[in-house]
Amino acid sequence: MSARVKKQEREGSGRARRFAALVRKETYQVVRDPSSILIAFVLPLILLFLFGYGVSLDTTQTRIGLVVEEATPLTRDLAASFQASRYFAVVNGRDRREFGDDLVLGRVRGIVVIPARFAADHAAGRNPAVQVIVDGSDPNTANFVQNYAQGTVANWERQLASEGQGHVPAIAAEQRFWFNPELTSRNFLVPGSIAIVMTLVGTLLTSLVVAREWERGTMEAMMATPVSAAELLAGKLLPYFILGLTSMTLCVLLAVFLFGVPFRGSTIALYALSAVFLMPALGQGLVISAVTKNQFLASQLALITAFLPAFLLSGFLFEINSMPTAIQWITYVVPARYLIPSLQTVFLAGDIWPMFARAIAVMFLIGCVFFALAARSTRKRIG
Amino acid sequence: MTSAPDNASAAVPFVRLSSVSKRFGEAPPALDSIDGVIAGGRITGLVGPDGAGKTTLIRLMTGLMLPDQGTVEVLGYDTRRDPASIQAAIGYMPQRFGLYEDLSVQENLDLYADLRGLPLAERGRTFAELLEFTDLAPFTTRLAGKLSGGMKQKLGLACALLRKPRLLLLDEPGVGVDPISRRDLWKMVENLTAEGIGVLWSTAYLDEAEACDHVLLLNQGRLLFSGSPHEMTGRVENRVFRLSGTVGRRRERLSRLLDQEGVVDGVIQGEAIRLVMKPGLTPPSFDEASSPRAAAAQPRFEDAFVDMLGGGPGGRSQLAETQRPFTADGGRPVIEARGLTKRFGDFTAADNITFDIPRGEIFGLLGPNGAGKSTTFKMLCGLLKPTAGEGRVAGFDLRRDAAEARNRLGYMAQKFSLYGDLSVLQNLNFFAGVYGLSGLRKRERIDLMTEIFDFRGIHDMSAKDLPLGLKQRLALACAVLHEPEVLFLDEPTSGVDPITRREFWTHINGLVEKGVTVLVTTHFMDEAEYCDRISLIYRGRSIALGSPDEMKARVAGKDLPDPTMEDAFIALVQGSEAKEAA
Repeated sequence: MSARVKKQEREGSGRARRFAALVRKETYQVVRDPSSILIAFVLPLILLFLFGYGVSLDTTQTRIGLVVEEATPLTRDLAASFQASRYFAVVNGRDRREFGDDLVLGRVRGIVVIPARFAADHAAGRNPAVQVIVDGSDPNTANFVQNYAQGTVANWERQLASEGQGHVPAIAAEQRFWFNPELTSRNFLVPGSIAIVMTLVGTLLTSLVVAREWERGTMEAMMATPVSAAELLAGKLLPYFILGLTSMTLCVLLAVFLFGVPFRGSTIALYALSAVFLMPALGQGLVISAVTKNQFLASQLALITAFLPAFLLSGFLFEINSMPTAIQWITYVVPARYLIPSLQTVFLAGDIWPMFARAIAVMFLIGCVFFALAARSTRKRIG
Repeated sequence: MTSAPDNASAAVPFVRLSSVSKRFGEAPPALDSIDGVIAGGRITGLVGPDGAGKTTLIRLMTGLMLPDQGTVEVLGYDTRRDPASIQAAIGYMPQRFGLYEDLSVQENLDLYADLRGLPLAERGRTFAELLEFTDLAPFTTRLAGKLSGGMKQKLGLACALLRKPRLLLLDEPGVGVDPISRRDLWKMVENLTAEGIGVLWSTAYLDEAEACDHVLLLNQGRLLFSGSPHEMTGRVENRVFRLSGTVGRRRERLSRLLDQEGVVDGVIQGEAIRLVMKPGLTPPSFDEASSPRAAAAQPRFEDAFVDMLGGGPGGRSQLAETQRPFTADGGRPVIEARGLTKRFGDFTAADNITFDIPRGEIFGLLGPNGAGKSTTFKMLCGLLKPTAGEGRVAGFDLRRDAAEARNRLGYMAQKFSLYGDLSVLQNLNFFAGVYGLSGLRKRERIDLMTEIFDFRGIHDMSAKDLPLGLKQRLALACAVLHEPEVLFLDEPTSGVDPITRREFWTHINGLVEKGVTVLVTTHFMDEAEYCDRISLIYRGRSIALGSPDEMKARVAGKDLPDPTMEDAFIALVQGSEAKEAA
């Protein structure tokens, strides 16, 4: 009896020591290998700066061509409204044909035409029309130009009415934006990019380091020792789990203190969400490397099956609701889809646990599936 | 009664292979019903050319791979049922030593000590012993990636020995390591067998087989021989001869000898010819004035291997016969290296390398991996700009006319020069295009190569799926498509089976007779014997230059009356180190 207990104890301590040895080895490698530092810290910084400073979904000072076909006090007043708008940089013209080439070449993003009849229609009490021509090949910008042009006209009308010169619009919608009142896109892009960063560390880096062990033959040497496949996997996971959280922490600090993104939720929620998200991310990395055993293929697969979906199919940049139904279905298995809205909530709104609980549950489930696959494909076998 | 287990374990072989077969996909079986045993207390050589199935067989013994048919029993455990017990009791060094390059020597040892469960109390003593045994004690803090090939190999061995295994499996420990380290390692392993450890040493070098206590000879997945190397060489006893006195004519003479009745095998050995005859026959005599002397020679493992395979190929090279001859042109050397030096930062990869190669000579750059052979080679191909010195190929200065020079040379690197995903014909077409052949001439040359090397049936096969021997032929065909007057060969036949190797050198010998000039780099001592002259490259410098026989004569002495090329290499390197130290 006591002999068996002792044997179990001995095996237990052997396992603990093997695990500790694997973790230590992995940590040394992370610290000494410039490529893991690059992926875990430099790449995230670049991404964060890109989304913090470079990419902005707000339009400011979009160049448009403004055509006033007939110069009257009224049309001059409206034109002045456009010129005063902080959304537009206005180029004046007399004929819309002047801007045809500019629109094609992208020198202006839209043409606003105040037609010759405008003043006459206004005076006659008919509803005067303003023509907005946009470049539909860039729908995003086209929408902005159209909406802001309409807004500018509506504002001008309201102002005119208050001065007692025009018709008061029947209903005026008063807009208020909650959580991100200035509608700064940085405030939701930066939290989203943290999810992308964790995908990089979790999936790309993990798949690369495991594939490297296959390539260099160290995997074979380890497998021929008493270490078990589960210990091998766990020994890989823990260091990269910690690395993923470290990288995330760095990003959050930058987001809050450098970019001034508000942080209204709790640290506990942040870490709980991130930690659970790393499960599917790491699991996917392990599966990829176990299947490919080759760094080049592993990096390609990681980029295509993890990085791009996290980018494109998570609601990070593109609204999921406006995707075709089939694509919407695919987004359900993209773990970032659950993390990104939750992270944005943690930053901008605060802790909304029912939402987090659902996200955590789904990510945990996807993580379990990946781990099961990884365990199946990483047996102590070659070929 | 108490001693019974000991007796029993001595009687039970360490490894028992019973009709073991393994097949990968559609290819011919990698291992075809192998039976054999490996015993403790001795070195068993697992010998065979690349692709013979050595690594597969070792992996089957570790339990990392399972046989399709048959059983592998290691130390009494079946690999299917109890791989964990096997893995706990063996030491295994895979081909690339299994070291973590980002970890220091000590960290690698610690890692494997933990993985193998070496008790903490024993560590101090074990580490000290192993570090002394491997001479690595001064380097414990150095990263494994920064060690030389020989040191890596010793560290790999130390990691495999941490928990004194009962069976030690070494997969090609001698590859890419200089001969001195190889000898050191052999001595270390020999000491282990005295303690009863069973050692399996796999190798493609047939001279290593001769030193083993027992040999398993694999060829194309089949076990050709199992027994002592002495038994093996016994089959060609009194049938091996050395023909000397053929200076200058030996290649042409060998070619004629090989086609004669009764000649089983023949190779160039320095200035002599080595012949294996059918039983009871003596070498044919020549009716010329300078009749060569034939003396009986010590049979070698390779002689017996070729004999076992039914003898070497004939001496005719259709390739050489169709080659237009290059005539001597005023005696100017075809390849000239003048003080070639290449520095990478503060590391000097090649230091003041100088030699001339006249037309129709085979010249060898011999040295271990990392000695500076490839750097010199690349400078002469015009692929690397020398830091100092100059090189000329076929009269063209490599700094100014590298492209012209390259047009006149054919380059063959056995392992990398083919496009694996292209078919045989596509490879031929591609290389013909690269060398500027077109139209009728291109078609003629490709047809000729197809005929000479017998590619007709395999035109559409992917190069990567070809058996090694065919890959070798295709690589040669691609290198000579444009009838170059200079051939650069990079380790052309290391690890290749002896029949393919002979076929290859028959072609090269024939081409050389037609005036083609050949530069060979190799770390493989046997290959050096085919050369007219060699330059020994060690740590970036040329430490000796001369014919293989001269080199051997230089180191011959009382204790070494008939040194091999390897003996000569080691003695010359040690001499140069002693000079440096003085």
